[in-house]
Amino acid sequence: MKALVTVKRVIDYNVKPRVKADCTGVDLANVKMSMNPFDEIAVEEALRLREKGVVTEVVVVSVGPAKAAETLRTALAMGADRAILVSTDDVVEPLAVAKIVKAIADEEAPGLIITGKQAIDDDSNQTGQMIAALLGRGQGTFANEISVEGDSVTVKREVDGGLETVKLALPAVITADLRLNEPRYASLPNIMKAKSKPLATKTPADYGVDTTPRLKTLKVGEPPVRQAGIKVADVDALVAKLKEMGVA
Amino acid sequence: MTKVLVWVEHDGSAVKDATLSAVTAGAQLGDVIALVVGSDVGGVATAAGQIAGVSKVLVADDAIYANALAENVAPLIAGLLAEYDAFVAPATTTGKNVAPRVAALVDVAQVSDILSVEGPKTFTRPIYAGNAIATVESTDAKLVITVRGTAFAKAEATGGSASVEPVAAGADAGLSTYVGAEIAKLERPELTSAKIIVSGGRALKDADTFASTITPLADKLGAAIGASRAAVDAGYVPNDYQVGQTGKIVAPEIYIAVGISGAIQHLAGMKDSKTIIAINKDEDAPIFQVADLGLVADLFVAVPELVGKL
Repeated sequence: MKALVTVKRVIDYNVKPRVKADCTGVDLANVKMSMNPFDEIAVEEALRLREKGVVTEVVVVSVGPAKAAETLRTALAMGADRAILVSTDDVVEPLAVAKIVKAIADEEAPGLIITGKQAIDDDSNQTGQMIAALLGRGQGTFANEISVEGDSVTVKREVDGGLETVKLALPAVITADLRLNEPRYASLPNIMKAKSKPLATKTPADYGVDTTPRLKTLKVGEPPVRQAGIKVADVDALVAKLKEMGVA
Repeated sequence: MTKVLVWVEHDGSAVKDATLSAVTAGAQLGDVIALVVGSDVGGVATAAGQIAGVSKVLVADDAIYANALAENVAPLIAGLLAEYDAFVAPATTTGKNVAPRVAALVDVAQVSDILSVEGPKTFTRPIYAGNAIATVESTDAKLVITVRGTAFAKAEATGGSASVEPVAAGADAGLSTYVGAEIAKLERPELTSAKIIVSGGRALKDADTFASTITPLADKLGAAIGASRAAVDAGYVPNDYQVGQTGKIVAPEIYIAVGISGAIQHLAGMKDSKTIIAINKDEDAPIFQVADLGLVADLFVAVPELVGKL
């Protein structure tokens, strides 16, 4: 069975985002970009399934600017077999991404589609669920552990109260949460090898998908700034302050 | 008037607090119709009808809706949206699981995790872990929204007297089955509704040290216990303790961060707390930049001393 994994090029998670002075967005010029951390986990899970013999081929997809090819190369260097870049300079919302991935899934017929649970730039947490909806497949969101047995996959999910387990008929869509695995680093030989792995370049139009945004961004502003308060000298001073607040 | 379906989050017997914030957000858009979906949820429907501001309760009561499997629930809501204008869910793990599936079925771009309602179709929402706030306007005919609970006041749980109307159940999609859950038994307040939270970070060393250091302080204050991602990843506490960009978003009266350095991903989950208190031995830790009260000290000395003096 084939696994299809989606990856997004986003601001590196260690970089503090800065809002542009004209309030049109976040300044991404000369900022370090990386693979969305949840997508790294998704790629890793697919690779582990291939190593276990459950998955035969790992195909990675990214919808984004030409530079998203670098993100796909990273996934190939981790061990993915081939990549598809759906190239566009426009802002692409989760719904449009889901439509593109659906079209790719119709061609590739993967047994599993694995996405990160959310991208750390727009924090939408939508794409995996939308792909599952459009394909009419089951969804194992916020996956903490997955196991494939026969024609189904059992997914342990991170939910508000703890963990929940569901069983989904294959093909199915999984969205990766933080503790699904710890992604590997690509070794130098694998980075070199990744350069010769196949990477197909397509456009949204190739899949007949209109990516016109449905949400108009009117403004992107700074959050309210929290001022640093005071430092207290010792525990006694802290206790006194807590008592002032009516605690204890 | 805009007719707004609000998802009622429940545990099979009681309405959860997250619902009340979603009702407040929904009421800013129009007429609130509470939607109760589950199995044997008559009691929940009655309780939902008592929430102030709810004008009607729709209840879909069927075995296929037990455990709110998105594959079964989403088509029901998508069908109802033929008659209603908006679907609003709290941004809980259930809301986040179900709403995008609904949105895709009705071909709507969802607005996730809204902080405010600025107009009939205009909202603010956090992006980049709350380091920026986007104002977005939907151009779709229908709205699908999830609501950040800490950003909206809770509607009163009583005072309303809405009628309850059943809606016909759909068919089992046959795509998923519920196997089971490991839900922590709550001996203390729930994180997202607690007035005081004591949170621990990686500095707590291990599970036993975390428990023996943080628990007495939380007990003394009647507080919920939270943790940073580092502490959860290291196995000190289960996943449902995590506060942050991808964990729980909290805004208690008092948030006490113990041995937490204050990565932006953690700050994203707690910086709207009313008072933040930080105890950390590193005086340059970023947590002090948002803390109202900071104590630079070895937590293993300071916390037991604090417990003794409270």
